[in-house]
Amino acid sequence: MKEKLREFIESNFKEAVIREDNFRDQQSFYIKREYLYEICEALLNNSDLDFRFLSEITSLDWLGHEEEKAGRFEVIYILFSLKHKYRFLIKVRLPGDNPVIDSLTPLWQTANWLEREVYDLMGIEFTGHPNLTKILTPDDLEGFPLRKDYPLTYEVPQFSYNKEEPPEVIL
Amino acid sequence: MTVESKRRTMNINMGPQHPATHGVLRVELELDGETVVKATPHIGYLHTGIEKTAESKLYYKAIPVTDRMDYLAPMSNNLGYCLAVEKLMGIEVPEKVIYARVLLTELTRVMSHLVWVGTHALDIGAMSMLLYAFRERELIIDLYEACAGQRMMTTYFRIGGLAYDLPKDFDEKVNKILKRVPEGLKDYERLLNDNKIFRKRTIGVGVISAEDAINCGVTGPILRGSGVNYDVRKATPYCGYEKFDFEVPLGKNGDTYDRYLVRMEEMKQSMRIAKQALDGMPEGPYRAHVPGVVLPPKEDVLSKMESLIFHFKIITEGFKPPVGAVYQAIESPKGELGFYISSDGTNKPHRMRVRPPSFVNLSALPKLVEGNLVADVIACIGSIDIVLGEVDR
Repeated sequence: MKEKLREFIESNFKEAVIREDNFRDQQSFYIKREYLYEICEALLNNSDLDFRFLSEITSLDWLGHEEEKAGRFEVIYILFSLKHKYRFLIKVRLPGDNPVIDSLTPLWQTANWLEREVYDLMGIEFTGHPNLTKILTPDDLEGFPLRKDYPLTYEVPQFSYNKEEPPEVIL
Repeated sequence: MTVESKRRTMNINMGPQHPATHGVLRVELELDGETVVKATPHIGYLHTGIEKTAESKLYYKAIPVTDRMDYLAPMSNNLGYCLAVEKLMGIEVPEKVIYARVLLTELTRVMSHLVWVGTHALDIGAMSMLLYAFRERELIIDLYEACAGQRMMTTYFRIGGLAYDLPKDFDEKVNKILKRVPEGLKDYERLLNDNKIFRKRTIGVGVISAEDAINCGVTGPILRGSGVNYDVRKATPYCGYEKFDFEVPLGKNGDTYDRYLVRMEEMKQSMRIAKQALDGMPEGPYRAHVPGVVLPPKEDVLSKMESLIFHFKIITEGFKPPVGAVYQAIESPKGELGFYISSDGTNKPHRMRVRPPSFVNLSALPKLVEGNLVADVIACIGSIDIVLGEVDR
């Protein structure tokens, strides 16, 4: 299945693939962000490969790391083929000053909430998402908690006798 | 002259303080009479930032945090996290650990499903089920207590093995469960399967087709209730599941009743796996021997200098995995529970991400309830089997 998928992606989207990674026998493709939607659509509609199941969307922040040169943010898509029982990852790098990527919600309903979560916690915008709003954090929370420059502090109490004192930074 | 009549709908909030939402879930319902036109779930009331917390802790110290996600199935969460770190480090665990883990996670599945069947039946009017289900669940909790010293937040699985060796009366306790739970299941089936009220409230309610279920990404009993054969234990076996003989029950119609049948059958299959695991349980160490990564057994720490040094170093400094990222999925009672751990070569995870099955399953709620009656919303939420601790993390 590994070779089959590699062949499919390389024959159809040769210019999109940056590199392939096989850490711990787990296939993942780093691709350019313009091609994400196209590749996913092709995989979804290919009845032979049958990648109809999007199990996960998540994101990383490489701030202050050597990897940052290739793009600060990384969005990870995990696809699963029900026919071949095969799972692989698609990884897309996004620059820190413009973290925008196409939404996959038109293809998979799953993407709706998962993308909202990534937007809420990591601040990555998805163009074409029907309802890109906060999902987990309170409406008045500013910033994106999972970014590396967001400090880990004590919870700011809503009502407290020492509300005026700034919270102590743990990390 | 004609007057155009405008359809009037009413907005109503269900929750966050509502007994049948199983936690702090708020569903904004738009009603036309008694029919639900639109349902919008609002979550996040329990958000505690578990993923962010894990980034600031050593690999070991994130295990107790995972217990708190799906608090009805703590061992499954432990297993997922430990397997992910083991995959990242390339650790092989001893045979005994594999069998003990399989046995305990299968009992966890039974425990989680028992709470589900009790509360779900309670939601739709069968009061006594709750008491019966909790009676059987108590036996499994007793076993937890004997193993880990804790009834719910067990933290029993550690990286590379178990926290302690299995207790002396382990076999006896498991045998008691293997005897009593199937008897209990028979009772529940007699109470519910042909119960007129239960059938009326579940058959044909909250139907989701196989295509929709796949597109919505739902996993676990909901997906299998719609007839899609996807069980992580069979599809991509982990933790030695390929050695065990069991079947994956499938539903036909994808309604609430089928999901109930699937879960009941799953409990029976879990008992089957548990029995095989107990019979095949080998003797041996309860932790892998990987110096500097896996904690040495407590007996050695107290008697050998080298073990004491390793113990001290692991607890204070932790270990450093290679640079890379792994994704490990397991079949938790709620569905596909995945852990994505990215390492940058330091002793703390660069990113720990949980793929919560309840979160994704809950996002399919509008599909289940729209067009149904408002009273069925409760049956639908119940049949998804959410734990808000896991949805919000």
